[in-house]
Amino acid sequence: MTETSQRPRPLRVLAAMSGGVDSAVAAARAAEAGHDVTGVHLALSANPQSFRTGARGCCTIEDSRDARRAADVIGIPFYVWDLAERFREDVVDDFVAEYEAGRTPNPCLRCNEKIKFAALLDKALALGFDAVCTGHYAKVLVNEDGTRELHRASDMAKDQSYVLGVLDDRQLAHALFPLGDTLTTKDEIRAEAERRGLAVAKKPDSHDICFIADGDTQGFLSKRLGKAEGDIVDESGTVVGSHEGAYGFTIGQRKGLRIGTPAADGKPRYVLDISPVNNTVTVGPVAALDVSALTAIKPRWCGAVPTGPGTYTAQLRAHGGETEVRAELVNDTLEVTFTEPVRGVAPGQAIVLYADTRVVGSATIATTERATAAV
Amino acid sequence: MAYLDHAATTPMLPEAALAMTAQFAVTGNASSLHAAGRRARRTVEESRETLAESLGARPSEVVLTSGGTEADNLAVKGLYWSRRDADPARTRVLASPVEHHAVLDAVDWLGEHEGATVEYLPVDRYGRVHPEALREAIARNPDDVALATVMWANNEIGTIMPVRELADVAGEFGIPLHADAVQAFGQIPVDFGASGLAAMTVSGHKIGGPYGIGALLLGREYTPVPVLHGGGQERHVRSGTLDVPAVAAFAVAGRTAAEQREWFGREIGSLRDDLVDAVRAAVPDAILGGDPAEGGRLPANAHFTFPGCEGDSLLLLLDAQGIECSTGSACTAGVAQPSHVLLATGTDPDLARGTLRFSLGHTSTEADVEAVGKAIGPAVERARTAGLS
Repeated sequence: MTETSQRPRPLRVLAAMSGGVDSAVAAARAAEAGHDVTGVHLALSANPQSFRTGARGCCTIEDSRDARRAADVIGIPFYVWDLAERFREDVVDDFVAEYEAGRTPNPCLRCNEKIKFAALLDKALALGFDAVCTGHYAKVLVNEDGTRELHRASDMAKDQSYVLGVLDDRQLAHALFPLGDTLTTKDEIRAEAERRGLAVAKKPDSHDICFIADGDTQGFLSKRLGKAEGDIVDESGTVVGSHEGAYGFTIGQRKGLRIGTPAADGKPRYVLDISPVNNTVTVGPVAALDVSALTAIKPRWCGAVPTGPGTYTAQLRAHGGETEVRAELVNDTLEVTFTEPVRGVAPGQAIVLYADTRVVGSATIATTERATAAV
Repeated sequence: MAYLDHAATTPMLPEAALAMTAQFAVTGNASSLHAAGRRARRTVEESRETLAESLGARPSEVVLTSGGTEADNLAVKGLYWSRRDADPARTRVLASPVEHHAVLDAVDWLGEHEGATVEYLPVDRYGRVHPEALREAIARNPDDVALATVMWANNEIGTIMPVRELADVAGEFGIPLHADAVQAFGQIPVDFGASGLAAMTVSGHKIGGPYGIGALLLGREYTPVPVLHGGGQERHVRSGTLDVPAVAAFAVAGRTAAEQREWFGREIGSLRDDLVDAVRAAVPDAILGGDPAEGGRLPANAHFTFPGCEGDSLLLLLDAQGIECSTGSACTAGVAQPSHVLLATGTDPDLARGTLRFSLGHTSTEADVEAVGKAIGPAVERARTAGLS
């Protein structure tokens, strides 16, 4: 088994460069490895802001310029491609629709699935490139038979295999993650960027959701979906508060509920359920968040589809911990049982199954089963 | 390497570079009264005379600016303000919809901030404004027109406008007509005196001169309100210390452009025809943009639409083979937008995404054309596989 970044044959590589430090170092490493690298910044916003506001976002003209300057220093050609329309349709509109349906989407995962390793990859392959390179922290290993395995990054703290779990064998065959096999901290990546003369070395990390520049997801959603006042109820159905749109909530959320009536036991309450049909948010004690099982739809497999039930470790959200599960594919639905109940599982998020460090597959969480009595 | 983007900028002429570097060694502000200042002033005035002669203008009609964009802004905004100051009823601005952004955005700005009513003149499928269209637009109310602006030749598709006829129409009504002649200068006869224009823009770096220098040719009866206020160095309509080295080099380039214009039209025009033939032979369904007629387009311009392709993809593929051209459209943050010029000519927006502009210049060779002929077929085929994302 060899790692893709060490494959001897020079590849024609299209490096997606966000203007951040990770993708810049990734492109630099790919070029240094002897690949023929071309940098591309994806313009994902139809009306980009001129400057980054704070540390957030990655869709501004300033980011595009940062990416261009990094490409200059690396010494590779650089272009800006407008994928704003595709991004709006496949990521932003989907994000809004998912919240509207009471689910909690992961737009980064969606962007990898639909933009970086679909729209961009397809275009790259058609134009004669062999691979798309990104600054993700994950590893692609090649088996004897040429099939690919996706593994967690060497640095578990930086691992991003969760948001790449939707990639299939074909996509992985054309993916290059030069940062995945480094057991390095972010500081070391920054030091490397500095050493390479990349000005983005000191640039703050982007985080949150790139198309919500001010970080106010609720505000963004209410602008898109309008206000829809409704009740917040407790587990018995008693109205304990009101909200301005059920879509603004996430399972397990505690902050921002603004409930007037305190709970009987005086303990904090959490969002247990979101019902878009009757625009109701159900809250309850933390114990009621415990989930013992779930079903997940639209499974994607990295490699062979598992037959029969199996034991895996699972990750249920970005930067989430691992938990042991038994999972079985039944009529294209993944049925998952947790060894120990887990807290705050939100439909819409992905469950990624791992065998040790290897990504087995990914699916979208559809329903959950409470560990305690249902509402 | 095949550099085929001369309409973006063309290599500086060695004689212009020499004239420029010679001036770098000399001190003197052209506005100073002492010997050094007089020497600088003399260089500026001799350059002005050379430029005037090259453009069929009087020296006093040459207002030096920092380039084409500033000259366009001075003409459009300055004439609007001065004409409106003279008569508040004059708030209508007539413009072709295929103008360069330096004109287009200045015109739109007047509409958004200065109470102008902006009216875009109709163009035919080659992007040409017909004199009757201008007459019709003015005749609706000649008293409220502040100015009209129609470029001499289009920078994207190369179509040449009937400037003399348009100026005649405007002149009948006493309305000033401005023309952006940045692309026309050096390629086709450009005679400001004979044109009937009130104002005309030219730029240094498009004719083998330096960047950062241009001029507004301005009829002596016009006093546009300045855009830049200060020392009033240029006829009190433009302020700023004159860039003597750039002015000197601009004049050398201007003289060469005028002297070599016939050669350019003949030789570069013929090379351009070869390029068009080569592209059509390789890609039979390529659509030539602009007026195909001899004399209807700039001799150095070849603009194509390749159905089913993205211009971006083609540019990348050709760039990788050392062929440098343009998608021929305006850029916003480096992102190619469908060209407003093509949209104005009635081109379908999807089709308008698949354009390339090859523009030749004084250094172009047969080898450049051959390189395009060889590369364009496979590039289009490949770009079509990539499709329209």
